[in-house]
Amino acid sequence: MSELSVNHLLGIKYINEDDINLIFETADHFKEVINRPIKKVPSLRDITIANLFFENSTRTRLSFELAEKRLSADVINFSAASSSLTKGETLIDTVNNILSMKVDMVVMRHPNPGAGVFLSKHINASIVNAGDGAHEHPTQALLDCYSIRERLKSVAGKKVVIVGDILHSRVALSNIFALQKLGATVKVCGPKTLIPKYIEKLGVSYEGNLRKALEWCDVANMLRVQNERMEISYFPTTREYTQQYGVNKALLDSLGKEIVVMHPGPINRGVEITSDVADSKQAIILEQVQNGVAIRMAVLYLLASKIQHNEN
Amino acid sequence: MSQKVLLNATEVHIALHRLACQLIENHDNFQDTVLVGIQPRGVYLAERLKIMLEKDYKIKNIRLGYLDITFYRDDFRRGDKPLEANTTQIDFIVEDKKVVFIDDVLYTGRSIRSALTAIQSFGRPTEIELLTLIDRRFSRHLPIQPDYRGRQVDAINKEKVKVCWKEQDGEDAVYLISN
Repeated sequence: MSELSVNHLLGIKYINEDDINLIFETADHFKEVINRPIKKVPSLRDITIANLFFENSTRTRLSFELAEKRLSADVINFSAASSSLTKGETLIDTVNNILSMKVDMVVMRHPNPGAGVFLSKHINASIVNAGDGAHEHPTQALLDCYSIRERLKSVAGKKVVIVGDILHSRVALSNIFALQKLGATVKVCGPKTLIPKYIEKLGVSYEGNLRKALEWCDVANMLRVQNERMEISYFPTTREYTQQYGVNKALLDSLGKEIVVMHPGPINRGVEITSDVADSKQAIILEQVQNGVAIRMAVLYLLASKIQHNEN
Repeated sequence: MSQKVLLNATEVHIALHRLACQLIENHDNFQDTVLVGIQPRGVYLAERLKIMLEKDYKIKNIRLGYLDITFYRDDFRRGDKPLEANTTQIDFIVEDKKVVFIDDVLYTGRSIRSALTAIQSFGRPTEIELLTLIDRRFSRHLPIQPDYRGRQVDAINKEKVKVCWKEQDGEDAVYLISN
C-alpha cells in the first residue's frame, strides 16, 4: 500500500490525487467501523493529539474529537478564549509548551492564513489544519468530495458550483483544489463583490446568475455568508442576497433535473438555502457531517502511521 | 530461494474435508455457530469450508463473516510498510454465538490476538475457537493454540509458509519457502 506523500495535512494544495484517493479508501473502512455496535478501534492508543482552536468552532472540533476518540488517541483540548495567548504568548511558545508534554499530533484552527504552514516549519509534530483564516480547510474539502463520490459514484467529470461568499471562504479554496485534483469542473457563483479578483487563474469560471449556474451543475455547494469576516458591506441587504443567491424549493424543482445540494454548515436557514431545501432528499448536509468523522479518522490514522515509533 | 511442497492439491482437499468433519462433530447443524474468516488470506479457506459444508455435508445456512484486524494490530508504526486495511463484513450478531476464527497460517499468534480484540466490537460470543490450515509449531509469541489444524509444520524463522488457493493463485498447494 502506498502512504501519504506528506507528514502534515496543511492544505489540499500540498497533497496529490493519490493521497486523496488513499484517504477516501481508508475512510471507507472507518465508515464501516463507526457503524458498528462498538465504534472504536485501538489503532492510535499510544498517540496524544492536541486540538488547538484559536478560533471558534463547533462542528469541526466535535468531529475531530470524535474521530480521535474512536481511534483511541488521548486528546487534549485548548481554546483561545481561555488561553495564555491573551496574556501575550506567541504561537510557537504556546505550541512548544504543549508539545513538551509529549504530544504527537496537533489539530489547529487559527484565524491567520498560513498559521499551519508556519508552525510545521518550527515544531516537531504532525499538524492537521482545521482551518486557517480564509486560506484552507482541507478536511472539509475532503469530506465534501467524499460525500459527492458516495452519492454520485465518482467525482471525476462532475460539474460543481460553489455559491456564495467565495472571498472569505477557506472551504471554497480547499474545495476548488480538491475537486480539480479529482477531475471535476468547478464554477463559482455569487455577488461580484464576494468573488476574489483572480479566481479565474485557478481555472474556475464565474457565473453571476444562480439559475444558470444550477442548470449547468450536478452539485451545488452552498456556502454561508460569513458576516463575522466582513468589515465592510459587500451587498445591500441580506434580503437582497437571498433573492438573488438563495436556493428555494421552487427554484430547485424548476430545473428539470435533480442536483445534489451541499452545505458545510452552519446553515443560515432562509438566507443561502430555505428550510425545505435543507431538509429535502437532494440535500446531503447530514451525510457530510457523518462522513466528516470517517474522513478525519482516515487523515489522523494515515498521518500517525508516518510518525516514527520510539522504542524508548 | 528454494521452495518445497508441503501439501499438494489432493492433500489440501483431504485436509479440508477432515477440518469440515471436525467442525460438524463439534457444531452439529451450526445453528449457534458463525464462521469468521480473518482478512486477508483466511477468507479463501473460510469460503472453501463454507461451500464444502453446504454442498458435501448438506448443512444449510452457514453464516460466514470477514474480519479485518488492521486497526487492532500491535505493530502499527513498527513495520516498514504501512498497514493496508481490508473489508470487514459481519452481517450477523455474534452475541451469544460460538465463533470459529479461520486463518490460513498460525505463526506468532499476534493476528489472532488482534482478532480476539476486534471481534468484541460485534458483541460477546459464548466461545471462540480457532481453525488454521497450517500450524507453525515452536514459533508462538503468545499462548494461543488452534482447536482445529490441517497440518503442523516445523519451520524456522527465516522460512516462510505460503498457502495458495485456486481462485487467487491458480492452484491449491502449500509451500515452504526458504532463502
